[in-house]
Amino acid sequence: MSVKQGLLALLAEKPMYGARLRAEFEARTGGTWPLNVGQVYTTLARLERDGLVKAAGAADDEGRISYRLTEAGRREVAQWWLSPVDRDSAPRDELAIKLALAVTVPDVDVRRVVQTQRTATLRHLQDLTRLKQHAGADIAWLLVLENLIFSAEAEVRWLDHVEAMLAREASEPRRPTMDASVASDDIKLGRAAR
Amino acid sequence: MSGELILRLEDVTRVHGEEATAVRALAGVTMDVYAGELVAVMGPSGSGKSTLLNLAGGLDAPTGGRVVLAGRSVGDLKGDALARLRRRRVGFVFQDFNLIPSLTAIENVALPLELDGLRVREARRMARAALELVSVAELADRYPDKMSGGQQQRVAIARALVGDRRLVLADEPTGALDSHTGEEVLRVLRERCDAGAAGLLVTHEARHAAWADRVIFLRDGIIVDSTGSSAAAETLLDAAVV
Repeated sequence: MSVKQGLLALLAEKPMYGARLRAEFEARTGGTWPLNVGQVYTTLARLERDGLVKAAGAADDEGRISYRLTEAGRREVAQWWLSPVDRDSAPRDELAIKLALAVTVPDVDVRRVVQTQRTATLRHLQDLTRLKQHAGADIAWLLVLENLIFSAEAEVRWLDHVEAMLAREASEPRRPTMDASVASDDIKLGRAAR
Repeated sequence: MSGELILRLEDVTRVHGEEATAVRALAGVTMDVYAGELVAVMGPSGSGKSTLLNLAGGLDAPTGGRVVLAGRSVGDLKGDALARLRRRRVGFVFQDFNLIPSLTAIENVALPLELDGLRVREARRMARAALELVSVAELADRYPDKMSGGQQQRVAIARALVGDRRLVLADEPTGALDSHTGEEVLRVLRERCDAGAAGLLVTHEARHAAWADRVIFLRDGIIVDSTGSSAAAETLLDAAVV
């Protein structure tokens, strides 16, 4: 998800100027992804350069310019709604990397690392749940919250899984398996086959 | 938050079996639960969660340390006195609802009061009030097999908190419910705690534990972490800041 697509989606509804776009974006995503107004204007400038938006008229009394979608911009939005979100290009998960390192670097108390994270994630989940408790009937906000709740929940379940795996490993060390290069080849093949 | 101390566990140990075969289910647990507070306990199976709940409700006795329930040390009470304290102060909510099938909702809720010697009329009046608080007053005359799982669990919560009962001990209360109904039950539990009850909730679901004010993590019979300090500590801190 990029700011670019978010702004285009909003402009498909009606022309808006930068500050208004920012307010709309934040309102509709429950303030989950705060944008700064500079980010909005640089994105608008890029979109204009690429021919996806253009000024909807002259500046108003306060010098604000509204932007609207071009035909190419409209096509881009339509395309975006119908494309699945590409998980492979999402930023790599720092926590997974951290734990992968923790189990390989000597003298790291992995159970402690897992528990520290679990407590923090649960705290986050408590905050989200409190927000949900008072969210009323705002369906857009609720679905954003539920998305965050599902992610946090999945993270806790994954941490439980990691802990159980480590406990098993400690009680019955695994037999040496294939070497690492074979393993990574397998993974590559698996991905290519998808 | 009313802040009255409802349940205290002081360095509580529970060992099953003797010497060579002894298993420590709990190994020195200290925690408080205050009125107005919902506390969740999480941990892998075998971590001591159920033992903790049974001790908190006076269903089991610690082999070390002290359990103080509504100001009374459970270890000092024998037989009838302990049963009375339990009946008057504590209610349990289980995964499988545990309502008595031959009794209607209101009869189920009134039962602990009647066992305690209250007149039927008075017990029914209090039971109806308890059912109203969990929004199922209209089901008063229904039998458990004519209610959905979520409705039965609401009735179980009403029974757990009827009359002077202030502590509800819930063991996986959403385990047999779909996620939406489970969440509704958690909301009810949360509301009752916000209204002044104390709750101790054992669950393996992070999503449900997140409704609590505090989440305590148990492993191998000890508390390894918690998402916050007890309400009293926070209140003291606030007082100090102000």
